[in-house]
Amino acid sequence: MPSSVHSQDQDQSMIDAVPSEQQEQQEDVLELEDKRIVIQLPGATETAASFQFEGEGHTLGNALRYAIMKNPQVEFCGYTIPHPSETKMNLRIQTYDTTNAVEVLEKGLDTLMDLCDVVTDKFTTARDAFNASEADKMSS
Amino acid sequence: MAPLIPSQAELDRRLIVDINPETVSNIPSTDFPGHWPGESHEWSLDKFINSFKVDFHRNEQFESSFSLVGLDASIANAFRRILMAEVPTLAIEFVFVNNNTSVIQDEVLAQRLGLIPLKGSVEGINWMRWFKRPTEDDPESGSSPSDYNTIVLRLEIECTKNPNAAPGEQDPRKLYKNAHVYAKDIVYDPVGRQMDYFTGDNAIQPVNPEILIAKLRPGQKISMEMHCIKGIGADHAKFSPVCTASYRLLPDINIQRPIIGDDAKKFAKCFPRGVIALEPVTAEEAAKKGSGYEGHDGEMKAVVRDAFNDTVSRECLRHEEFQGKVKLGRVRDHFIFNIESSGQFDSDFLFLESVKVLKLKCARWKRGLTDLMR
Repeated sequence: MPSSVHSQDQDQSMIDAVPSEQQEQQEDVLELEDKRIVIQLPGATETAASFQFEGEGHTLGNALRYAIMKNPQVEFCGYTIPHPSETKMNLRIQTYDTTNAVEVLEKGLDTLMDLCDVVTDKFTTARDAFNASEADKMSS
Repeated sequence: MAPLIPSQAELDRRLIVDINPETVSNIPSTDFPGHWPGESHEWSLDKFINSFKVDFHRNEQFESSFSLVGLDASIANAFRRILMAEVPTLAIEFVFVNNNTSVIQDEVLAQRLGLIPLKGSVEGINWMRWFKRPTEDDPESGSSPSDYNTIVLRLEIECTKNPNAAPGEQDPRKLYKNAHVYAKDIVYDPVGRQMDYFTGDNAIQPVNPEILIAKLRPGQKISMEMHCIKGIGADHAKFSPVCTASYRLLPDINIQRPIIGDDAKKFAKCFPRGVIALEPVTAEEAAKKGSGYEGHDGEMKAVVRDAFNDTVSRECLRHEEFQGKVKLGRVRDHFIFNIESSGQFDSDFLFLESVKVLKLKCARWKRGLTDLMR
């Protein structure tokens, strides 16, 4: 792992000087533009394609599979992690003729994001209501 | 084809994962378009908003328990996995040892230090950025330690004899000064804009000040500088913000034929206390033909009072007298979460963070997808 074998010149104490504003702005931009590139695996057609997600696992794989399978225009969707020591996740999508695989994938991501919003909303509401009722119990 | 509407009994059957004496059945979820002919099951946000429910059972600062009802296992599992491995926290990552004459080796000490949970202003931790590690190909590609990606802690401690110790004193903690090094001896050294966030109670400090780090004897000394960075549990367990994050499915006990009298008492004993209650058979029930209660007016019958606390031990399935009278199961879409924070963040906040992380993941991949569509 590169983390443990840091070079000698890294092995120094932190300098007090704050880095110049410009340097930091660059880093900001880098983080904002942090997006992952989906790789389309060879042998794809419009309606049947496999995608590779670098750095993902079962967490997104299974959740995304569920979201995509909820789409009636999808004939098949499945995911696999081809090798446990590579952090790569492959997603297979086959659709009917009315749409294409990339569109379906995008819709799946949208579905998941909508779902997350609902979960956050309902969770916050339920928690606040619970905390209020607990406070009532304490005071009465 | 006209949409088929399944009967309520069929819907109830689909909702339960059956638990049999030796096996489980009806396991995978089947609410997908095309699985049941004539039924829709298409994703609908409105339907989800109406059916999804959150129930809180407990909400203490560092431990909370709540139910999420109406989710699929894949989603609930994503939240659980993110809680353990992908919500970022702060931990000591680089230790620069100036002097260590204690009996504990540098690398062992560094490992111990890394495991100490650190707390501080949540706002400040959110403001902090990732510390990018250099890649193997390009050793220069890592970020340099700055106020927005590194927290500096120091540990300077020396053990000395205590001149005021009582004669014949045996306890090393009284006989010497600083014989034990605790997490509270670590000192935070704010740099640059960290002063705006991490001041007073919001300063970076160990969650548990009494963690024993090392033991010293007079003349031994530890002097080190520690750099903390933000990281995730997938990289190292020390970054994981939870002690445990787990869910279980709500147990379901279905008494199908009457269990009366001594059998009922024995039945109740098969379950944790409070799960099964005994109630007298009413005259009305006893009068009803074919109910199985005929002529048992006033006797005790077993009823399910609170399946929530059941452990699903299947004990009741081992006994001859309950054969065919009871069915055990779990409710497929009722997840009882239990989140125990390791002290950096409040437990309810952690769950919200995990939802945020999942959404962020999707947003990032979606941005990457636009390149593919061009």
